[in-house]
Amino acid sequence: MSAKKEELRIGFYVCHCGHNIASMVDCVAVARSVEKLPGVALARDYKYMCSDPGQVLIQQDIREHKLNRIVVASCSPLLHEHTFRGATEAGGLNPFYFHMVNIREHDSWVHTDRQEATEKAKALAEAAIRRVAHHKALEIKKVPIHPDVLVVGGGIAGIHAAMTLANAGKKVYLVEREPSIGGHMAKFDKTFPTLDCAACILTPKMSEVGSHPNITLWTYSDVTKVDGYVGNYTVQVKRKARYIIEDLCTGCQDCIPNCVFKEPKFTDDFNEGLGKRKPVYIPFPQATPQVVVIDPEVCLNFKRGKNPDGSPIVSDKCKKTCVEACGEKNAIDFTQKDELKEIKVGNIIVCTGFKTFDAGRVPAYGYGTYKNVYTSLEIERLVNASGPTGGEVILREGKNPDGSPKTPKSIGIIHCVGSRDKKTNIWCSRVCCMYSMKLAHLLKEHTDAELYNFYIDMRTPGKGYEEFYNKLLEEGTHFIRGRVGEVTDWAMTPEEEGKLVIRVEDTLAGVVRRIPVDMVVLATGLEPQADAGDVRRLFNMSCGGDGWFLERHPKLAPVNTFTDGVFLAGCCQGPKDIPDTVAQAGAAAAEAMVLIDRGYVEQEPNTAFILDQECSGCKSCIPLCPYTAILFDEERKKAYINEALCKGCGTCVGACPSSSIVQNLFEDSEIFSEIEGVLSYD
Amino acid sequence: MTKPWTPRIVAFFCNWCTYTAADLAGVSRLKYASNVRVIRLMCSGRVDPQFILDALARGADGVLIGGCHPGDCHYVEGNYKMLRRFELLKRMLVDFGIEPQRVRLEWISAAEGEKVKTVINEMTQQLQALGPLGMPQKFTAWDQELEHLAQAVQARDAAAGPCPTHAAPSPTPEVVHV
Amino acid sequence: MSKPKVAFYWCASCGGCEETVVDLAEDILGVVEKVDIVLWPVAMDFKYKDVAALPDKSIFATLLNGAIRMSEQEELAVLLRRKSQYLIAYGACAQLGGIPALANQFSREQVLKFNYEDCPALANEAKTRPQAQFTEAGRTPHLSQLHHVVRTLDQVVDVDFYIPGCPPTPNLTKAAFEALLSGKLPPKGAVLAPDIALCDECERKATKPTDVAFTEFKRPHQGLWDSGKCFLAQGVVCMGPATRSGCGAACTSGNMPCTGCFGPTSRVRDQGAKMLSSLCSNVAAKDVAGIQQALAGIPDPVGTFYRYGLAKSLLRRRVDLPA
Repeated sequence: MSAKKEELRIGFYVCHCGHNIASMVDCVAVARSVEKLPGVALARDYKYMCSDPGQVLIQQDIREHKLNRIVVASCSPLLHEHTFRGATEAGGLNPFYFHMVNIREHDSWVHTDRQEATEKAKALAEAAIRRVAHHKALEIKKVPIHPDVLVVGGGIAGIHAAMTLANAGKKVYLVEREPSIGGHMAKFDKTFPTLDCAACILTPKMSEVGSHPNITLWTYSDVTKVDGYVGNYTVQVKRKARYIIEDLCTGCQDCIPNCVFKEPKFTDDFNEGLGKRKPVYIPFPQATPQVVVIDPEVCLNFKRGKNPDGSPIVSDKCKKTCVEACGEKNAIDFTQKDELKEIKVGNIIVCTGFKTFDAGRVPAYGYGTYKNVYTSLEIERLVNASGPTGGEVILREGKNPDGSPKTPKSIGIIHCVGSRDKKTNIWCSRVCCMYSMKLAHLLKEHTDAELYNFYIDMRTPGKGYEEFYNKLLEEGTHFIRGRVGEVTDWAMTPEEEGKLVIRVEDTLAGVVRRIPVDMVVLATGLEPQADAGDVRRLFNMSCGGDGWFLERHPKLAPVNTFTDGVFLAGCCQGPKDIPDTVAQAGAAAAEAMVLIDRGYVEQEPNTAFILDQECSGCKSCIPLCPYTAILFDEERKKAYINEALCKGCGTCVGACPSSSIVQNLFEDSEIFSEIEGVLSYD
Repeated sequence: MTKPWTPRIVAFFCNWCTYTAADLAGVSRLKYASNVRVIRLMCSGRVDPQFILDALARGADGVLIGGCHPGDCHYVEGNYKMLRRFELLKRMLVDFGIEPQRVRLEWISAAEGEKVKTVINEMTQQLQALGPLGMPQKFTAWDQELEHLAQAVQARDAAAGPCPTHAAPSPTPEVVHV
Repeated sequence: MSKPKVAFYWCASCGGCEETVVDLAEDILGVVEKVDIVLWPVAMDFKYKDVAALPDKSIFATLLNGAIRMSEQEELAVLLRRKSQYLIAYGACAQLGGIPALANQFSREQVLKFNYEDCPALANEAKTRPQAQFTEAGRTPHLSQLHHVVRTLDQVVDVDFYIPGCPPTPNLTKAAFEALLSGKLPPKGAVLAPDIALCDECERKATKPTDVAFTEFKRPHQGLWDSGKCFLAQGVVCMGPATRSGCGAACTSGNMPCTGCFGPTSRVRDQGAKMLSSLCSNVAAKDVAGIQQALAGIPDPVGTFYRYGLAKSLLRRRVDLPA
C-alpha cells in the first residue's frame, strides 16, 4: 500500500472586501460552513484579505497551524491570485497550494438576494476546498525576455514609446504603414490648449526617431504575422515596395519636379484630398524618413494589371525623367518587390491609432453634398501653413466677383458628429470640444469670420482646457447649445441666399434657429481603425464592444492587454488627446522595460505533459496543438510535449481519448472535484 | 421547510474571454440569477465532455460553456474544438433523453459582460420551465429495484436462520498486493 | 488438503465468455488440476441450494460474466459475493454492462413489447408475456423478473477485479488465474489488463499520420478497408484510442475497427465521452454546418461510443425512462 498521505490542513479565508462582499454575502456563515468540511484546519473571515495584515495573517497561520493548503474567497483571481500565491509562498508553502474563489465579481456584485449569494459563496468555497486537496507543488518557469521591442504605428504614441525605449538603450523596431511617421498629429496645425504649432513639437521628435541609433524605422510596412509569446515573439513585417532604395535616397526630391507629370494631379491623402500630388511624392515636407515614394497605380512606368505574385507590372513606357534627375544616386528601382522581414522581439507596443468618423454617414449635415461642408481634419490642413492652400482659408465653392477664391465670413462648427449618438457611435470622442474651439480660434484668426459652435455639452476637463473655453468666449465666438438638425442650402430669406443654413434648436433660448453661414465644419469623432479586428487577432488582443482595443484593467492595467508582452498606447485603446496619448505611450514603454530589465518572465506552470507509460501513441492530440508543441517520438511510438512551446490551453487534455495527458493546475481530478463541490449545496 | 426548486447551472468559462466578461459583469454591477456556478478553465478547448456529463450526473440541471468568439480564441482554435465536441454531444444527449436546452455553448468576449447576464438569466428561465434533471435522484429511484431484493433476501435469511460460517475455510494462497 | 474452490457463473450474457474458458484448451486442465469447480452451470450440474449451503467466503474466486438485468441474476450475484473471497467481473457485460446494456436506451415496457409483440420474427398471437408467477397443478413457481435497468456487476455487489473483453481472451484469463493462484494481485478494483490504449499494440499504428483531420466518418460496412492502414486515417470510427489494450488487437488484425469492448483506461470516467471528444476535436470543419455534415457519419453516437459501456457510463441510461 502507498505511504500514508500527509494530513490535509487547509486554511480558508473569506474576505469582506469592506462592504463589497460582506454586504451581500454572510462571510461569517461562509467561514462557519467551510470549517466543517473535511481537511479544513481553520476558517476565518477578514475585512481586507489583500491588505498587508490579511496577507500576514495567512503567513502566520501557515506556520502556527501547520497549514498545507490555502483557499481565499474574495475577488477575481485575475486580480489577486498573484497576491495570495505570494502570501502562501511567503508563509513557506509552494504558491500553487493555493486556490482562489471569486465571490465578489461573480457573486456579491451580481446578486441581490443575500441568502442566495451566501449559498453560492458556500458552494464555490466548497469546490475550492475539494479542489485544493488535489493541488500539487509546481515550479514557476522563467523564460528569458528578448530585449528588443516592436512598436506598431508611428503616430505620436508610437514615436514617444519608441523614443522612450531607445533613449533607455533598448533596441526598437518602429513599423508604420504609411510612407512617413507622424500619424494624425502631423496633420494638425496647432495643438490645444496651448496653441503650439504641432509640427514644431512633433517634427523634431520625428527626425530624432529617424536618426536614432537604437531605432530601426520601417515605414510603408505592415506587420503580417506574430508568433510566439511574451519575451519571445517572432514577427513578420512586410516592407511594401516604394520603388525607391531607401538607403540611396537622400531626400533631395529632385525627382519630383522632374516627373513627366508637370502638374500634380493625383489625390493627396495627407492633405485629406484637398491638394494634389504626383506619382512620385513625399507625403509632406517634414516627412520621416526623407524618402520619396512612387505610386505604381498612377506612375506611367507601370501598366494596369498585376504580376502573378501580386506586384505591379513594369511597362517601361515612361521616359523616366525621374531616374535621370536622380542621376548617380540610382535610388529609383522600378523592379522593387515587397520584402518580408522576420524579427525577434520580446515585447510589442501597439499604437495603431484611430480613424475619424466618416461624416457622410450623417447625411443631414450635407458632407459630400454641399462643397462648403468640411470635416475638422480638412480644416486642420486648410489652416496649416504647409497645407494645400498655404494656410489660406478659402472655400471650395464660390468665387469673389474678381474671380479670386472666396474666404468665409461666417463659419459654423458642429460638435459631436458621429459621437454621443446611438445611431452612430455612443461614445464621447473626448477631443472634439477642444479641437473645435481650437479651430474656431484659428479660423477667426485666419478669416476674422463670425464663428458659431453648436454643442450638446462642452466637455473641457484637462489642464488649461476650461481656461481655453473662457478665452474663446471672450474672443466673441458664439456657443449655441443644441444638436444641429440639418445643414441645408434652402434659403428662406434673402440673407440666407447662397449660404448654408444650420437648423438647430437652441436649447438654452428654447427656440429653433436658422443660422446662415459660408462654411460648415463637422467635428467628426474618433473611431477604431477599419482593420482593428485584423490587428487585434494578429496580436491576440481583445476588443471592447465598441471596437477599441481592450486594456487588461481599466484602472490598474490601462496599457496592458490580456496577452503578456503586448501593450497599448494612444487612441487604438480609446479616444484621447495628445497629453494622455504621450503619457500612455510612456507608460507602455515603462511596462516593456520592466520586463526587459528583469530579463525574464515567470510563466504560469499550467502547461500540459503526457504520461509516457500510458500514452498509446494514437496521435489524436498532435494535430490539435496550434503551437506544434506536441511531437511524436517515432522511435518509441509515443507523443510528447515540448513544454517550452505549450501555452497551457488544455485542449489536448480534453481530447486525449485515454486521459493520458495532464494539465498542471487544471488536472482532471481538480476539475472533477470542483464540479462535485459546486453541486454540493442543498 | 423545503426551499422551492431552482435550477443548478454549472458553467465552464474560458479564462480570457468569458470569465473576464463575468468579471466585467461584476465590475459593472449587472444583476443576474444566482443559479450559476462558474468553473474557470484556461480555454473552452479544455472542456472535456466528461465534465459536462459528470456535472449533469452530479445534479446540475444545465451546463453552460463560455468561450471566445470564433476567430478570437486566445489559443487560436481551442473554441472550434469545443464547438465540434458540442455539436455531437448535443445530439447524443438528445438520444439520452436530455433536452438540448440543458447544455449550452456561448461565445462571450471579454467585453460582453451584458451577454453573461442575458445568457445566465435566459438559461435559468429555460431550465426553470423544463424542471429539474435530477440525475442523483434518478439514480436512487432506478436502484430502488435492488432494494426490493435486498429486503426479500434479508427476510428469507432471517426465517432460515444463520448461514453456516463455522466450516473450514478454503485453503487461501498468501495474498500479496502488488 | 482440498484445492481452492472456484465458481463460474453467467448472467445476462451471450455465452462467449464461457467459450473463452473452454478456449483455454489444454490450459484448462492445468486450472482444473489446481482448483475445485463448485459451480459452472454451462458445463456441469450444480444446484443453487448447494452454493447457498456453502459457508460464506468458502469459494476462493468466482468469475461472473454477464450483466445484471434479472432478479435471478441479482440474487446469484449477491449470493456468490457472500460465498466468495474474490468476486471477479468477467468480460465486458459484467464489467461495463456490455451489449445487453444497450437496452438501457429503452424502458422495460418497450423491451417486452418488442420482444413479445412487435418483433417480426415472433409467433405469439396471444401476446403472452413472462409472468412473475403462475399456478399449475397446485404449485406456484416464482419466475425471474426483468429489471428496469441493466447493471454492471459492481453496481449490484462489491467487485474485486475485472477481466475485460467481449469476450476476454484466453491469455488474459490464464494470466488472471495465475495471478489469483499465486497470490500476486494488484490492488482491489484493478482491471486485469494493460492500462494503455489499444493503439499501443495495434499493428496499424505506424500508418496513422500526425495530421488527421476528419471530413467524414464511415461505418465499417460502407467500404472496403485497407487492411494495413489505421482505420481512423481511413475515416472509420475505431474506438482503439479510447479502449484498453490486452486483446492483441484482435479486431483490427481481422480488418475490423475496435468497438471498445475492453472499456476505458483507469484514468477515464466515461469512455464514450472521451472518444467523442477526441474524434470531434479532429474534425476539419470550423463552421456548424460543416461540422454537422462531417459528424453525420456517426448516426448513433450512443451505440457507437457506448456499445459495451452504457451501464457504466456517467449517465448509465436514457434519463427519461421509468424506474
